[in-house]
Amino acid sequence: MSDRDTPEQGTGTREAQVANLFDLRRIIGGLFLLYGVVLVIVGLGDSGAEISKAAGVHINLIAGLGMLALGALFVAWALLRPLGRQLQEEERKRRAAGGA
Amino acid sequence: MSHVPLAGDAAAGVLAASDVRLDVNAVDYGILIVYFVVVLGVGLVARRYVKTSLDYFLSGRSLPAWITGLAFVSANLGATEILGMGANGAQYGVATVNYYWIGAVPAMVFLGLVMMPFYYGSKVRSVPEYLRLRFGDSSHLFNSITFALATVLIAGVNLFALALVLKLLLGWPILLGIVVAAGVVLAYITLGGLSSAIYNEVLQFFVIMAALVPLTIVGLHDAGGWGGLQDKIRQTRLGEAGLHALQGTDPGHVTNPIGATWIGIVFGLGFILSFGYWTTNFAEVQRALSARDLSAGQRTPLIGAYPKLLIPAVVVIPGMIALWKIPHLGGGDANLAYNNAIPLLMNEYLPNGMLGIALTGLMASFMAGVAANVSAFNTVVTTDIIEPYLARDRPDAFYIRAGRFVTIGGILVAIGTALIASGYQNLMNYLQALFSIFNAPLFATFIIGMFWKRMTPAAGLWGLVAGTIAALVTYVGYKWAGWFTFGSDLDESFWGAGAAFVVDAIVTVSVTLVTRPKPVEELQGLVWGMVNKEDAAVAAGHDRWWESPKLLGFGAIALGIVLTIIFF
Repeated sequence: MSDRDTPEQGTGTREAQVANLFDLRRIIGGLFLLYGVVLVIVGLGDSGAEISKAAGVHINLIAGLGMLALGALFVAWALLRPLGRQLQEEERKRRAAGGA
Repeated sequence: MSHVPLAGDAAAGVLAASDVRLDVNAVDYGILIVYFVVVLGVGLVARRYVKTSLDYFLSGRSLPAWITGLAFVSANLGATEILGMGANGAQYGVATVNYYWIGAVPAMVFLGLVMMPFYYGSKVRSVPEYLRLRFGDSSHLFNSITFALATVLIAGVNLFALALVLKLLLGWPILLGIVVAAGVVLAYITLGGLSSAIYNEVLQFFVIMAALVPLTIVGLHDAGGWGGLQDKIRQTRLGEAGLHALQGTDPGHVTNPIGATWIGIVFGLGFILSFGYWTTNFAEVQRALSARDLSAGQRTPLIGAYPKLLIPAVVVIPGMIALWKIPHLGGGDANLAYNNAIPLLMNEYLPNGMLGIALTGLMASFMAGVAANVSAFNTVVTTDIIEPYLARDRPDAFYIRAGRFVTIGGILVAIGTALIASGYQNLMNYLQALFSIFNAPLFATFIIGMFWKRMTPAAGLWGLVAGTIAALVTYVGYKWAGWFTFGSDLDESFWGAGAAFVVDAIVTVSVTLVTRPKPVEELQGLVWGMVNKEDAAVAAGHDRWWESPKLLGFGAIALGIVLTIIFF
């Protein structure tokens, strides 16, 4: 493996790698937003029997709201740390270190 | 340790299984299906970015520390963690935290602060490859083969445990459960390699937490908070002793539920077993090696240490709640085995909707364990056995293709080893025995080789061989031949690990003294005091204060000490 010492080469552009990372934040965010919506809807329709099963805690509703918050947090993170800035930081670090 | 019912027991228990089976409906299944669609989707997306074998096996060394850190913990959040530690919470109470604060965090910090510079700085792609640079081919090949063997055996344990849960909760036959789980793991690893395995581990981490946190909240609410739960535990079989981590562990008058002295806990568990596992198990170390630079590599286990400090809150506490809430838990009925504490509690408390999340979280935890082992297996077989010894200097595409075939082979073998695991009454004991045989000698060789420049290549090989044989002899002599007796299977793994460590060290030192060492200039970046300077400069160059590995590491240790004192 000739490119072992310089991983930057041959792994696609830095943009592609960071886009990969961006995807993960979006995936986690998206999954939890979806789960949150489902749980909130289920939670709003929960009968008394279901609530008393969970020791009187509206667990579907509370967990659903929590998941909405977590999902929103991840999506916000992905949007607030724009890819361009992250790329620039990478480059600056690399140059400051004098490496690669 | 807790008892997993035998496959035969589970079959016999089917008649009574209807009262254990989860009450799932279409919403729950929908939640589970969405999760698997996303997991496979990540594999497909990751595939578009996988261009070289480095991408495939180490994610192109491009991942940021928060991702690798969460993957590091998640790789360990498998069957043994969720079910095993929940079971221990029910069986031993608070004392279970010793497996976290003493038995994991110090070793994770040691890996980050002391060992990562050697691993990462030498640019190895695997743990065995470090042995190759430090000691040469023979110890490398020996370790690569034993590691590959250990990893498929462990993957099999995870597959079997998953199948067991599917059988108990959903009524799926054991073999069907094994094959379906293997198929999903196979699909996403062969598609995307390590990137998709790691990305899914991060996803899994959040799904597992989403399952456990609400369960803990509901259970604690029901028990009347932590104070209420303490009162309830005092009235159970565990009594007051179930509320303390280290009280009653003085040699001579042990009253702690684990039945071990603090010496056994600190040295046996906290030093040999824990350091052996966390610092040399490639399924863990691989996550840190795929970080984007040395600093991120060092921070991987350190970032992982913080969730590890807090996970007992959502695993051990539900176990304790189950002890109070589920009548006859841990009694004769296989369905009420301690191992089922967390699934039983989920069924007890969670309405449809949350139940689907809980089921998804359980499935995710098993997949994380299998995927971590399979991705480590395909890396070691491809880069440490096929590339250097069987097919040198092929085009890169050859190794990616080989990696995919090895993954398929590994999964098929793991289905076989799952059937071996099904023969063990207690999966945790089986796992600990595997660790004592495969990790304890490796840790001895590593620690001596990293700190003693004089240690010779020949000593690297013979120390490992002797240590592995010592642990094997202890195991076989106890389990089959009847040469030794120990207090329990778990006690055997303590002594086996100890024997492996001591025999390895003695042989290593003896052989070193009569053989020729490597020239010092070939050890740059491989031994203490000769860390790769370029990497050290990168690490020092861009640390913001909260990214300092020392601060993170000592912070985790301090927090562990404070928590241990609080729950003393």
